[in-house]
Amino acid sequence: MSDSKINMVAPPEGVVGEGFFATKLNDVVGMARANSLWPLPFATSCCGIEFMATMASHYDLARFGSERVSFSPRQADMLMVMGTISKKMAPILRQVYEQMTEPRWVIAVGACASSGGIFDTYSTLQGIDKVIPVDVYVPGCPPRPEQIIDGVMKLQELVRTESVRRRSSPEYQELLASYNIK
Amino acid sequence: MALEAIQIQEKVNEAFGINVFNYNQEKDIFSFESTTDSITALILFLKNDPDLRFHFLTDLCAIHYPDNEFSRQFAVVYHMHNWYENKRIKIKVYIDGENPKIKTISNIFRSSNWMEREAYDFYGIDFIGHPQLKRILNMDEMISFPMRKEFPMEDSGRTDKDDRFFGRTTDNY
Amino acid sequence: MSELLLPPEHRYAKRIKEQLNEDGSELSILNLGPTHPATHGIFQNILLMDGERILEAEPTIGYIHRAFEKIAENRPFYQITPLTDRMNYCSSPINNMGWWMTLEKLLDIEVPKRAQYLRVIVMELARITDHIICNSILGVDTGAYTGFLYVFQFREKIYEIYEEICGARLTTNMGRIGGFERDWSPEAFRKLDVFLEEFPPAWQEFENLFVRNRIFIDRTVNVGPITAEKAMNYGFTGPNLRATGVDYDVRVAQPYSSYEDFDFIVPVGKSGDTYDRFCVRNAEVWESLSIIRQALAKMPEGNEFHADVPDYYLPPKEDVYTNMESLIYHFKIVMGEVPIPVAEIYHPVEGGNGELGFYLVTDGSRTPYRLHFRRPCFIYYQAYPEMIEGALLSDAIVILSSLNVIAGELDA
Repeated sequence: MSDSKINMVAPPEGVVGEGFFATKLNDVVGMARANSLWPLPFATSCCGIEFMATMASHYDLARFGSERVSFSPRQADMLMVMGTISKKMAPILRQVYEQMTEPRWVIAVGACASSGGIFDTYSTLQGIDKVIPVDVYVPGCPPRPEQIIDGVMKLQELVRTESVRRRSSPEYQELLASYNIK
Repeated sequence: MALEAIQIQEKVNEAFGINVFNYNQEKDIFSFESTTDSITALILFLKNDPDLRFHFLTDLCAIHYPDNEFSRQFAVVYHMHNWYENKRIKIKVYIDGENPKIKTISNIFRSSNWMEREAYDFYGIDFIGHPQLKRILNMDEMISFPMRKEFPMEDSGRTDKDDRFFGRTTDNY
Repeated sequence: MSELLLPPEHRYAKRIKEQLNEDGSELSILNLGPTHPATHGIFQNILLMDGERILEAEPTIGYIHRAFEKIAENRPFYQITPLTDRMNYCSSPINNMGWWMTLEKLLDIEVPKRAQYLRVIVMELARITDHIICNSILGVDTGAYTGFLYVFQFREKIYEIYEEICGARLTTNMGRIGGFERDWSPEAFRKLDVFLEEFPPAWQEFENLFVRNRIFIDRTVNVGPITAEKAMNYGFTGPNLRATGVDYDVRVAQPYSSYEDFDFIVPVGKSGDTYDRFCVRNAEVWESLSIIRQALAKMPEGNEFHADVPDYYLPPKEDVYTNMESLIYHFKIVMGEVPIPVAEIYHPVEGGNGELGFYLVTDGSRTPYRLHFRRPCFIYYQAYPEMIEGALLSDAIVILSSLNVIAGELDA
């Protein structure tokens, strides 16, 4: 291992002894989840092209444990919404979100997904947080691949520290209820 | 250029007389107007005439002129192109504001199918005889015709642009 | 499944009820899109299928309609370039330059030769990125991921050149009325030289991977062919039209920005099928490289990069901060308080996908009265249902990606 260039994630804090390692389940699950986030790219416009660059050889998102791009919402953990979402598209986005299984996280990549961006018009949804809850917002129009990766890393941080019980907490149920998602 | 503007004018004038008028050269494009009734015949003539050969419909779009007199409130603009002689023309047809209607040319140029639907979607212009005239870009449930000048650009439901958040209220302007 | 998808009065639903094949099998309905990963964008097609074969298709578009034309009516002229960027985002400099040239035509501004050549270089780079994306993604759709990974690094190199010129990668918002915002740095020219050196062998290799590849040929030859007559009737332009054998190219027919100074051929195909479209785009990349080399060789001496039109060209930023006069001009131009003639003009440029036209109607005010974009994708995508009739489902995907339909341009 010593001469390998692969960076391993450090184990969570815990007690090490001969032949055993004791730590909190939360931390282990968080670490495992954070480093195997399967993205579901929901690319509609320009930001999607930058996402292609992020996935391609130069930037290579696979280094962060997101090797497998899952195009099926049912097997994805991280919904990456890239590009303008129009009002015609909003119900579809919502449906995709509903099809994802828990735990699920959402990144709004780019100004349009975060707030509608420069398209302050009758046909554009003014930010996807009007229809689904969002965990990380990435600014930029479009954001550079570095920024997208930064957003993913921020999300990894969130995932790592998330309690395994969060998804069944009343606060979370309330959040979903406020979006009318069952 | 072999095909001169004056030649086009003579030919069209010969065939359509007073139904086509207002010939003029706008920058590099020769343009004229037509009445709503003769537009399909005119387009067909321009396409099939052995000298004119305007065989390519470059563009079709509509314009709203709410300040014009009533009979000229909408306009449909056709851009045609003759690739043999490399000559472009523009035809403009004014339509009345109450119930804008014009005959479709989608049976002459198939490319006009969606362009006419777009013009309908944006302006509510009825293309008579169009095979499938319904909204194309906007949602079917929409009732307004958004590109008409009276409709605002911004979405009325937007809350973050409230003037009060910027310290502007009606009394402190 | 089909009951969930379509209302019972839909014609496909009716047809399923009526038609039963001899062997007792039924027709079926497949909903392709709007978020299908293989469609590279947001298009919905409802397909009526007999087994694996497509009988009919009904496209729905408008899923990212952003109302460009309405926004354009509410923005001063300088603020419209960011919109053009976001139309065909694979080749945004062409859109930017097209818009500036439209305004220059409106205002009768003569751009210096050197600025025109610089524009040609950047437009051809944009064409290369556009074709790289289209062709490498076509490779991905036919099962060859290698080509995509291989040539995408060169797209990054082009983006680095853009960054040297204007500071942005994808949505460049490049240029000004009359030229560029600043002269190109020596670093930009150096990067361009490196690109011209490194890219051709890679592109040759990419081409070798595909052109005589048995699998690729089987997947693309005679898939989605269209005749020249039909293509013209459907309003095809650009590489997709040239693949059918018609040599119409706006750069040749109506040269703008000094394209007449350069010697290049317009590659044409023969049958208008997916393979021809691929080959035409490949050949166009070689022509673009040759144009860039010619432009560099013929580049006039000096450092002129914009026309001398103080009424419309924004003053240099450092003067704006220190000089009253410049500040006033900057303000006037940005707020659109400069005289704009009343006119109607149409200006076409050869975009990545075909004739990109700007139809501009002004009434002398600070915003356009009407601005219509002739978006090539929007016009030729109409032919898609007809092109996939009778094709296999997997062919439909290949045809779509070979047409290079960009959702942003399609829906405006």
